[in-house]
Amino acid sequence: MGVSVKVTVNGERHEHEVDARQMLVDYLRESLHLTGTHVGCDTTACGACTVLVDGRAVKSCTMLAVQADGAEIKTIEGMASNGDLHPIQEGFHEEHGLQCGFCTPGMVMTAAQLLADNPNPSEQEIRHALEGNFCRCTGYHNIVKAIQYAAKKLS
Amino acid sequence: MGKFIGQAVKRVEDKRFLTGKGRYTDDIVLPNMTYAKIVRSPYAHAKINSVDISAAKMYPGVVEVFTGKDIADSGIAGVPCGWQVDFKNGDTMKEPPHPLLVADKVRHVGDAVAVVIAETKEIARDAADMVEVDYEELPAVTDAAEAAKTGAPLVHDDVPNNTCYDWGLGDEAATNAAIDKADHVTTLEFVNQRLVPNAIEPRAAIGDYDPIRENYTLYTSSQNPHLIRLLMCAFVLGIPEHKVRVVSPDVGGGFGSKIFHYTEEALVIWASNKIGRPVKWTAERSESFITDAHGRDHVTKAEMGFDKDGNVMALRVKTFANMGAYLSTFSTCVPTYLHGTLLQGLYTTPAIYVDVTATFTNTTAVDAYRGAGRPEATYLLERLFDNAAREMNMDPAELRLKNFIPPFDGVSEPGYQTQVALQYDSGNYQGVLKRALEMLDYDGLRKEQAEARKNGRLIGIGISTYIEACGIAPSAVVGSLGARAGLYESAQVRIQPTGKVSVYTGSHSHGQGHETTFAQVVADRLGVALEDVEVIHGDSESVAFGMGTYGSRSLAVGGSAIVKSIDKVLEKGARIAAHKLEASVDDLEYEGGHWTVKGTDKSIAFGDVALTAYVPHDYPEGEEPGMDFASFYDPANFTYPFGAHIAVVEVDPETGKVDLKRFVAVDDVGNVINPMIVDGQIHGGVVQGVGQALFEGAIYDDNGQLVNGSYMDYCMPRADDFPMIETDRTVTPCPHNPLGVKGAGEAGAIGSTPAVVNAVLDALSDYNVNDIRMPLTPERVWAAMQNGNH
Repeated sequence: MGVSVKVTVNGERHEHEVDARQMLVDYLRESLHLTGTHVGCDTTACGACTVLVDGRAVKSCTMLAVQADGAEIKTIEGMASNGDLHPIQEGFHEEHGLQCGFCTPGMVMTAAQLLADNPNPSEQEIRHALEGNFCRCTGYHNIVKAIQYAAKKLS
Repeated sequence: MGKFIGQAVKRVEDKRFLTGKGRYTDDIVLPNMTYAKIVRSPYAHAKINSVDISAAKMYPGVVEVFTGKDIADSGIAGVPCGWQVDFKNGDTMKEPPHPLLVADKVRHVGDAVAVVIAETKEIARDAADMVEVDYEELPAVTDAAEAAKTGAPLVHDDVPNNTCYDWGLGDEAATNAAIDKADHVTTLEFVNQRLVPNAIEPRAAIGDYDPIRENYTLYTSSQNPHLIRLLMCAFVLGIPEHKVRVVSPDVGGGFGSKIFHYTEEALVIWASNKIGRPVKWTAERSESFITDAHGRDHVTKAEMGFDKDGNVMALRVKTFANMGAYLSTFSTCVPTYLHGTLLQGLYTTPAIYVDVTATFTNTTAVDAYRGAGRPEATYLLERLFDNAAREMNMDPAELRLKNFIPPFDGVSEPGYQTQVALQYDSGNYQGVLKRALEMLDYDGLRKEQAEARKNGRLIGIGISTYIEACGIAPSAVVGSLGARAGLYESAQVRIQPTGKVSVYTGSHSHGQGHETTFAQVVADRLGVALEDVEVIHGDSESVAFGMGTYGSRSLAVGGSAIVKSIDKVLEKGARIAAHKLEASVDDLEYEGGHWTVKGTDKSIAFGDVALTAYVPHDYPEGEEPGMDFASFYDPANFTYPFGAHIAVVEVDPETGKVDLKRFVAVDDVGNVINPMIVDGQIHGGVVQGVGQALFEGAIYDDNGQLVNGSYMDYCMPRADDFPMIETDRTVTPCPHNPLGVKGAGEAGAIGSTPAVVNAVLDALSDYNVNDIRMPLTPERVWAAMQNGNH
C-alpha cells in the first residue's frame, strides 16, 4: 500500500513510495539515512525529533510522512553550510549547550524557529520556547546561553 | 593550572553531535538485519498458563518467535546480580535469576514473555500483538515496607517475606543509648520516592552473530561495555569472551540506568545466533519506563538526637529499600554501601546505626540512578538538620556549622574516620557553606523573607550540604563488602611514530566530555598539542578492558590510569632522550614537549624521541622498541566531593505552586580539569535533583500498574521551571590520586533535592508543616497548608 511522497529535504528533492502509516521521522532516518533526527518518546513530548517543515518546527515522530508531501524540510544535517556551523550550532559549542548530544538536534531546530520568529528573545521567552524539548544532561542552563549567543550573533 | 588543565577548553566531541553525525545504537543498520519486538506482561503479577505464538509465526515477514520455554530449554537461567549483600545472621542474599524471557509467571508490568523477530520493526510490532498469552492474575505488592509483612503476596515463591537481605551498620547499642540520653530527638518518617531515569535516548541493542568465524558483536547503549561482555559471556550465555565484541557507540545519556547488564542485550545475541542474522531491539519510550532500572524508592524512619546546645549526639535509621521484581546489577549495594556508609554526612555524629531491609516487589527493578544511595543519605540528613533547627529554634546554617567535621587535608593529618566504615580523604565543609551563604547574601535574604511574610508572600530558604563517595573503588575493599567485580580502571597510551597520541580508556563517555577532558590531561602532561591527542572508548575490540563510567569515577580512576601510562611513556622517553643527547637521565628535565640537559641548550623534542622508539637505529642498548603503555589503576580509597546548595523558593499561598527563584551551588570536587564541563555537570545534576523535589515520581497503583509511564504523565523538569543556576567552587584536592580530582557527575543531584524541600518547608514555617511527600506538587503543598496548624 505504497503512497507516493515528494519532499525537498535540506535542498535536495526526494520521491519515495512510503507505507501510509510511516512517520516522518522514520522516513528521514530509514529512507533518507538522516539519522541526526532522533526518536526519544513517540508521543510528541520530548522534542528530540524536531525538524523544520516549511519553516515551522514540527515533531516528526507524530507527523506522517505522507503529510509532508510537497513540503520543504530542514533537518540538523542541513543547518551547517559549506562546513561552517550555523550560529545556533556555534552557540551550542561555545556555551557548552550539549552533553550527550541526543536532544541537541531537536533543540537546535526549535531554536531556529524561535529566532526566526523573535530575533531578540528574553531569557524567559527562550525558556518558554524550549518547553517542548527535554534535555536530561544540561539542566537547560547552557542551552539558554547558547541561544542567547546565537541571537546576538544573528542580529 | 596548566596549559590545558584547568582551562575551559571547548569540547572536541561537539561537532559530530551538532551536525547530526553522532552514531547512536539505533542509527546503526547492518546488512540483512532483523527487528525484535518483545511481548511484555500487562500484569504486575500473574501465572502464565500458556503462550500461543502460532498466529504471530504465520504473519508475513516474521522470521522467528521465541518464548520463555525456548530460553529455559537452552539452559539459560538469567542475568545475575553483581554485588552480594548477605543477611545479618550470615545467610546468603536471596538472588532469584532474572530470565531473558519468563516461562512460569510474570513479576512486574513489562516482564518479557516472548520476542517476535521480523523483517521490519512495523511487522514485528504487528505480530507481537498476535501472541496470545493466557495469564492468571495474582495479587501484587508494590511498597517496599508492605512487601516484608507476613501475608504479603510473594514475588518469588521461594523468598520468604520477599526479603532479599537485611543489613545493619554501626554501633546499635551506643546509638540507642545516645538517643535515649539526648535532650532533643527529631524524627522523620518519609518516602524517598521512586524515579525513572529517563535518559533521552531509549535503550537499544543489536546482536550480530557471524556463523563462519563463530563470533558475536553486541552494539548496546551502555555505560559499561566491558562489564556487560564479562557478565553476558561468563554468567548468562556461557559463550567465549574472546569471541565477543561489545561496542557502546555514542550513548544518549545514562545517569546510571545504562550501567547494568540488561536481559535484552543477552536476548539479541542469543537470538542472532539462533536465526543467523543480526537482531536489533530499540525500546519505545513506554517500554523504557517499565524496563529501565528505576532509582531511589526508600521508605525510611530516621531519628537524630541532639544535646541542649544543639550538638548532634546520634543518628538511628531504619530503611526499607525496594529492589523491584529482580535484582539489577548493582541494586543491592545502593541502599547499603552507597547509602548506609554515607550517613556520617559532614557531621561529627558520634553514634550511628543504620538498618536496611531490601525487598522484592511487583515493580520494575531499582538500581543506581544519579547519586545512587548518596542522594537518599543526604536527603535524610539534611531534612533532619532543618527539622531539628526548626524544632530547637536555631538557624539551620548555624546548626550545621556547629556540627561540621573540622577541615583536614588528608596529607598533614589523616583522613576522617567515620562511624560507618569510610575514611574521608580531605575536606573543608565550613568553606563551602560559608561561600554559599555569602553568594546568597543569607542575612540580607532572611530580612527580605521576613518583610515579604508581612505582605503575605511565602518565601523560603533551604540549605543542604552533602558529602559523597566517588571514584569507586579500591577493589579489595569492595570485594570484602560483596562486590563481584574489581573496580579499577584501565588505560593505554599509544604514542604513534610521529608523536601523535592515541589514548584508549576503559571509562565510557555518554555526555561527560571525556574526549576533551582526558585529552587535556594527556596534552598537558606530555606537552603536546590538544589536537594531537585522540581519546578512544566504548569498544572492547580497541580498549583492552574497562570498568565503565558511573559513580563519578571516570577522571579519578580512569584519568589516574591514563596518568600512570603517561608516566611510563615519559620514563622510557627520558631513557631514549638521554641516549640521543649523550647525557644521564638524571640530568634531563622535561618541559613543553622537550627533554633538555639541565643548564644547557641541548634538547630533543617528544616527536623525535617517539620516532626513534619506532626507528631504533641509534638506540639505548637493551631498550625495547616502540612506545605503547597499558596501565591499570586501582584506587587507594574512594574520593569524597562535598558541597553546599541553597534554594530560594516562593510558594503561592492560593495554589501551593512552588516557584524556584534562585539556586546557589558551591561544590568542591577537588582539582578541576575543565571548569566548563564541571559546571555543566552541576547544572544538569541540580535540575535532576530539583526534578525529584518538585516534579518527578513513579506512581504504582495497587495492582502494580505504573500509572504515569509516559512523558505525557511523568513530569520531567522543563526549561521554564528554572532560573539560571549560580555556581562556584572551593578546591580541596584529593590526596590519594595523581590528579587530585574527586568527581563531579552526581554532586548536583545529591545536594539539590533536600535544599528545595527544606526551602518549601521554610516558606511554610508559619503553617506547622514538617514534611510534605515528594514531589512537592501544588496539590500536596496546598493540602499541607490546609492541614497544618496555621
